[in-house]
Amino acid sequence: MAIGITEDRGGTPVTDPALAVAATAARRGRGMRLPRSAKVLTGLGMLLFFLVLAIVGPSLAPDNPAASAVTNVALPQPPSAAHWLGTTQQQQDVLSQLLTGGRSTILVAFVAGLVATAISIGVGVTAGYTGGRTDDLLSMLANFFLVMPALPLLIVIFGFLPRSGGSNDLLIGLIIAITGWAWGARVLRVQTLSLRNRDYVESARLIGERGWRIIGFEILPNLIPIIASSFLFTVLYGVGTYTALAFLALVNPNHWSWGGMLFYAQVSNAEVSGYWWWFIPPGLAVALMGTSLALLNFGIDEFINPRLRAAGLSRRRAKKAGQAVPPRRFVLGVTPVLRPSGPARVRSLP
Amino acid sequence: MTANPGRPAPAEPLLQVSGLRVDYGIGADAVHAVVDADLELHRGEVLGLAGESGSGKSTLAYAITRLLRAPGVITGGDVLFRPAPGDTVDLLTADEDGLRVLRWSQISVVMQSAMNALNPVLSIGAQLTDVLQAHEPDMGPARRKERAAELLGLVGITADRLSSYPHELSGGMRQRVMIAMALALQPHIVIMDEPTTALDVVTQREILEELSTLREQLGFAVLFITHDLSLLIEIADSIAVMYAGRLVERARASALFRAPRHPYTLGLLSSFPPLHGPHRQLAGIPGSPPDLRQLPAGCVFHPRCPYVMERCRTDTPPLREPAGGHGRQVACWLHEGSVLVPPDLARPEPGAAASPTPTPAPAVTRSRP
Amino acid sequence: MRVISRRIAFYILTAVAAVTVDFFIPRVMPGNPVDAVLANMQGTVVTQSTRRALELQFGSGTTEGLWGQYIHFWANILHGDLGVSTSNGMASVTSVIRGALPWTLGLVGTATVISFGLGTLLGVLVAWRRGSWLDQLLPVTTFFQAAPYFFLAFLAVDLFATKLGWFPPSRAYGQLDFPGFNWTYISDVLDHALLPALTIVVASAAGWIVGMRNVMITTMDEDYVLIAQAKGLPRRRVIWYAARNAILPSVSGLSLAIGFVVSGALLTEIVFSYPGLGFLMLSAVGQSDFALLQGIFLVITLAVLAANLAADFVYVFLDPRVRQEA
Repeated sequence: MAIGITEDRGGTPVTDPALAVAATAARRGRGMRLPRSAKVLTGLGMLLFFLVLAIVGPSLAPDNPAASAVTNVALPQPPSAAHWLGTTQQQQDVLSQLLTGGRSTILVAFVAGLVATAISIGVGVTAGYTGGRTDDLLSMLANFFLVMPALPLLIVIFGFLPRSGGSNDLLIGLIIAITGWAWGARVLRVQTLSLRNRDYVESARLIGERGWRIIGFEILPNLIPIIASSFLFTVLYGVGTYTALAFLALVNPNHWSWGGMLFYAQVSNAEVSGYWWWFIPPGLAVALMGTSLALLNFGIDEFINPRLRAAGLSRRRAKKAGQAVPPRRFVLGVTPVLRPSGPARVRSLP
Repeated sequence: MTANPGRPAPAEPLLQVSGLRVDYGIGADAVHAVVDADLELHRGEVLGLAGESGSGKSTLAYAITRLLRAPGVITGGDVLFRPAPGDTVDLLTADEDGLRVLRWSQISVVMQSAMNALNPVLSIGAQLTDVLQAHEPDMGPARRKERAAELLGLVGITADRLSSYPHELSGGMRQRVMIAMALALQPHIVIMDEPTTALDVVTQREILEELSTLREQLGFAVLFITHDLSLLIEIADSIAVMYAGRLVERARASALFRAPRHPYTLGLLSSFPPLHGPHRQLAGIPGSPPDLRQLPAGCVFHPRCPYVMERCRTDTPPLREPAGGHGRQVACWLHEGSVLVPPDLARPEPGAAASPTPTPAPAVTRSRP
Repeated sequence: MRVISRRIAFYILTAVAAVTVDFFIPRVMPGNPVDAVLANMQGTVVTQSTRRALELQFGSGTTEGLWGQYIHFWANILHGDLGVSTSNGMASVTSVIRGALPWTLGLVGTATVISFGLGTLLGVLVAWRRGSWLDQLLPVTTFFQAAPYFFLAFLAVDLFATKLGWFPPSRAYGQLDFPGFNWTYISDVLDHALLPALTIVVASAAGWIVGMRNVMITTMDEDYVLIAQAKGLPRRRVIWYAARNAILPSVSGLSLAIGFVVSGALLTEIVFSYPGLGFLMLSAVGQSDFALLQGIFLVITLAVLAANLAADFVYVFLDPRVRQEA
């Protein structure tokens, strides 16, 4: 746990013209909730693809992932017409395994994300709002879980768990969530603390509104972007951690998952022998899913902090409008001078 | 501490701004923050730039020195800086290296919040000596430290504070440090952006007094930006009033206070009570400043003007010398042509004889918007 | 220095809690670990003292109360006794860990330092040159950050070891070498360490880059950076002024990220069969060597806590505002 996490300094001043421009852009339908940058759209598209995959994947699989093709060959086969992504050492269809394995990975990751986010909201908002002893205790709890290295803890837990326990997706998600809620809780606590001191919350308290209502109506709505970001981050964490656990065969390897595929690949020394079709598809799938979550997170970051959005100097728009084009990048301390194209304005100087 | 109303302005202004236009953003979304601004700052003089929040005064000041942050863009006009006779620098065409040379050594800046303007992780001494290091390479470290101590002494702070950090000083001390910092290279111009707004009145007074003393000692010119017109009574030689990005009046300070010509200026002057003199009713200005993205047509002030006429709703008045006005400018249709000027806006210039034109009978129509 | 003493107190408390967690895990898990261990040890002689030691370790079948076991556990730990490793011929867990620890420390330590340094530098650069082609780096680095460490390790092995043959694919040093301070050995160690280190750096640098970039962009908007420009200071100094402030949240984040980096590094070790704690942990799991597993967990946790404390020291050094508690 580290010191120095700065408290939010409150909202930006209303008269900041840079933000006014950004606000105008936002209000003109250029993304009511999220800035519609390429990053966000790509991320969203990819995520939807994976969600669909989770649902229909197993039905699309051409073969039973566990079924071994009947041949005399003992080595994994490269991609061919019969097996689009080749086969494993046991002559199982890699594509089928990939399609089937998506479901458990995505399920576990989302369960972990939901549970962890729920816990982090409960702990973080309560700590920030209540203050005092409760805050101290809850903060200490969160800090404890933050410093505790997650994967070794999970390895120990699953190592001690009998193998049967490692096949229940929900349980796995739950256990992963226990290690992943602390960061979100800390961020939410800091935000709640700053919101609590805002005038409208103070006045609600003075009127005598109950704590629940204040939290529900005044505070939570303002926390939504952070909660969304925290959720995505935790799902990302869940994907990585579950894949790692499956890769270590700590969760029942008969339960198909991308991590499990990598486990078998490693056991058969796929990377040393160059059986790229065996380990690249599952690894790539995990990486791409993670990338989609991260890209969405970029979008949310930009929404929370408008300064991260590209400043309103679009070269394309300027060119189209026939105006002087701004420099490619804005240099701090050198305000650009763009005179409109057209007859030079002659000023007579005294 | 008094201004000099009778001193004639020298021929060549130290800083000349003509027709400056500044936008935020480009294209259809651009917000016109400053439109057609003309300013002149003469050597050793204090020019006050007054206006409400959002009037564009800070934008103008930062644009002059090309320090405006994104998405600010300068879209027109000229800014000429004349540090010496025959030596003219066009600030708008200078490149980064050119700007770097004259920054702080010729023109320096004092900002509103010293807490934000001072680097929190560096000591005060380091922040005073870094400019010396950058602009005077021949100065050794010992000499730099001496000079830093001298600068602190200028503003009444002991030298042991050189090793302190900004958060260890009080608000007033931090502001003084900023002023000391701004004078480190003895610039020609110091731009002060609401330097006393964040302070209590007692400290405000102290700082303004110190500023006067320093001006007498070192002779620099000041562009003093504030929303508080009453401050400018004390320190300004000339004043420019801005509203919604446009200059609406420019005059010598005493002329502005005793004989305002623009209805907005009149409104501002009526908004604060004098400590002495007869009781009078505080008027204020009805309405609120316009949204820069949706400005009214014609004169930007017309929706709030007690003297509005038909012409004001459609035509924008240019900034021009009014009839009988010497060395002052106003952007108001009341002072153009043969309109009867309301008595409040026709007070005689200080030090001038009574106006030869007989004042019309009272009962000037006041039309409310 | 109240701040520091508060931090140290926190870490001691956490360490105690970690030991406690370590103590309780085998006791709350369903099943009887002792039997599992003993089942694994068929063929070796199981003495009464061994059985007793195991029971003490895992808390089953003993007559002592829970509190008594806890005290014993602590006593053992403070004596450096972490039990016996059933998968290593009943050698003491301490000695087994001692063999693997230097490899992990060397690999993870170096890789983290390089990753943090490189990542923050690149982050500053991307933020300063905002709007240039460097912005395209961000999605790329995001991809590398999202990819699991071991997948990158796979790719590294496949590309650099198998296909190109530039580096060895596994182990810490060639099997024919004699460990010692001779050049052949050291160069071989470096040769073997490069791919794993590269994997860790590539996987973790992305986080630093993006984090530092975001903080830098916000910092560059601060008034003191504008004043630095207004002062006509050379560009490098302006960037330094901004970065010097922006690095503070990164250092805070370092503490947070150490846990992640360690986890990823352990996985990388496994792919490369690098004889560090990660590899050891996996074999312990595979052979139900619970004592070793417990011991490794404890060592890793304490190492992470120590690293966190070090990061906190660095933070206090860098930020004068926290040095005094009002």
